[in-house]
Amino acid sequence: MLKLEKRPQPSQLWTWATPVLAVLITMVAGGALFAALGQDPVAAISTIFWQPLFGEFAFYYRPQLLIKGAPLVLIAIGLSLGFRAGIWNIGAEGQYIVGALAGAGVALAFYPAESALIFPLMVLAGALGGWAWGMIPAILKLRFGTNEILVSLMLVYVAEQLLAAMALGLMKNPEGRGFPGSRNLRQYDSAHNAELITGTGMHWGVVVALIAVIFAYVLLSRHLLGYHIRLAGQAPRAARFAGVRPARLVLFCLGTSGALAGLAGLFEVAGPAGQVSIDFNVGYGFTAIIVAFLGRLHPFGILLAGLLMALTYIGGELAQSNMGLPAAAIQLFQGMLLFFLLAVDLLTNYRIRLVTKEVA
Amino acid sequence: MVLSSIDPALLLASLIVASTPILLAALGELVVERAGVLNLGVEGMMITGAICGFAMAVNTGSPLVGFVAAAAGGAILALLFALLTQVALANQVASGLALTLFGLGLSSLLGQGYVGIKPPPTTRLDLPILSDLPFVGRVLFSHDLMVYVALALVALVWALLKYTRAGLILRAVGENHEAAHALGYKVVRIRILAILFGGACAGLGGAYLSLVRVPQWTEGMTSGAGWIALALVVFASWKVGRVLLGAWLFGGVSVLQLNLQAAGVAIPVEYLSMSPYLITILVLVIMSADKSRAPGSLGRIFHASH
Repeated sequence: MLKLEKRPQPSQLWTWATPVLAVLITMVAGGALFAALGQDPVAAISTIFWQPLFGEFAFYYRPQLLIKGAPLVLIAIGLSLGFRAGIWNIGAEGQYIVGALAGAGVALAFYPAESALIFPLMVLAGALGGWAWGMIPAILKLRFGTNEILVSLMLVYVAEQLLAAMALGLMKNPEGRGFPGSRNLRQYDSAHNAELITGTGMHWGVVVALIAVIFAYVLLSRHLLGYHIRLAGQAPRAARFAGVRPARLVLFCLGTSGALAGLAGLFEVAGPAGQVSIDFNVGYGFTAIIVAFLGRLHPFGILLAGLLMALTYIGGELAQSNMGLPAAAIQLFQGMLLFFLLAVDLLTNYRIRLVTKEVA
Repeated sequence: MVLSSIDPALLLASLIVASTPILLAALGELVVERAGVLNLGVEGMMITGAICGFAMAVNTGSPLVGFVAAAAGGAILALLFALLTQVALANQVASGLALTLFGLGLSSLLGQGYVGIKPPPTTRLDLPILSDLPFVGRVLFSHDLMVYVALALVALVWALLKYTRAGLILRAVGENHEAAHALGYKVVRIRILAILFGGACAGLGGAYLSLVRVPQWTEGMTSGAGWIALALVVFASWKVGRVLLGAWLFGGVSVLQLNLQAAGVAIPVEYLSMSPYLITILVLVIMSADKSRAPGSLGRIFHASH
């Protein structure tokens, strides 16, 4: 008979081995899924994981890795701070949208003036927009004791409606011949989040994402606030005795993750997406939850996990156009990854022992 | 006056229809939470139920088979959650989120061939005499079978939790799993059964959306109904009767805003569409002050070491 025995300390080895194991299991299960859809499983998996990096058109796909990875890493870093402290912000998608709207709003307000100050102002507005949207669940939680999970999630739907209202109303391009969507910020030099080095996909969002990774690493390993965050998550009671103020953590975690998600939205709307449109958001805010867990809530882990997730997005698109694999299959694939990760995580905290039944 | 174009009897009748999906899902989640498990995957189970029910109803031509399939689909997805949280002892919040993300992906994959199809109509159950009553007949007694099933289920769950031994054991497991375990109750087994029931209910709720309320299949069609159901359980302070009240309130809000949209009120459609979510937040704010009603072991991992 198998018996679970709690480890006194989480296993260091398994902490880092489980994400790899989960990815491998997902590849096998995903292969089975693709086979069930009538595709060659090996070809499908290699299209998703190999072709974008080393295939014939890799020069086109490699920059995409940074473009898609940056928002995922940026959002996931913010989420991981809260997840560590037991504060669950799952409304990053909404904060991402509001950040983009705030940033684009600044740009559109100044159009067509050209100034070097416009882009920094947009970045500030984007961060503030996301921060403000994240503060709503934080303040409601502190003031009224509402559940931040439900409130932050409800605000995603509110933000989506706000996005539609803006794309069809206030921010609609007056020269757009009646089509929904704002002016294209890529054609507005002062507001364009352009590639910094041509052909690499490197834009300001990538730079900020890398800074966020380093910032989060220093915070968690070297700073008292980071220690408090970890303590609050692992031993809430002990944390209170140690002088951790939970209210401050809630404000900090939800505010920071909101601001980072808002930044991700701003860099996306000013660069790769270019305009405020009804279908501007593509679910980065939700995928980032998977990224945060896959990266073990560790900044460097999140960086790797973000790149891997970006790869599945790109590979998924490739498999869609080359093999006719449905887009939903990739979404399912990403969901499966989180499932397997949570399941094999058992090995980190528990030891599986084979025991013979004792005779009474 | 635009509001005069809204017929109150019709409004109340559609309120009951609109409240049924979240009523079913919230009722299931209430049982799960009373057993001490927080399953945040309601949205995922609902939408999986929606497509399972829709696909089976279209293929067999029978909405009834569709509803059975929806309950089965929701329960199967819930089984994954049960395995993760009860056997693999994973974090319930993370597992619930995983279930929702997985369910959304799965449903859009399953639903590929079903976009733009009309499902077989669910027949209205006209009760003789009662349906002919003025006003009350139209509001209460001219609905399809599932509305009455949902209401019967509310009564059944209420009676089970309040008056039976099984209900008492379920509540004991939810209030204090260590004590329940010491008394010899099978905590994990009871919780798995509760989770399966919750999944089946969420599946039914989803199918009611795709087969009756809308009725057609579109990707992501639950659009937060599962999360509203979760909020409803908090709103109801984990009491069955209040779930019914809450469901009617939310049904009323969503029907009213749709009616206002149709009546052409001078507010952009998008702002009206926000209202159910804003009301949910408002209700959470009002109701969350009293945390004392939450089951004692809610969301905590149970690992029997002896």
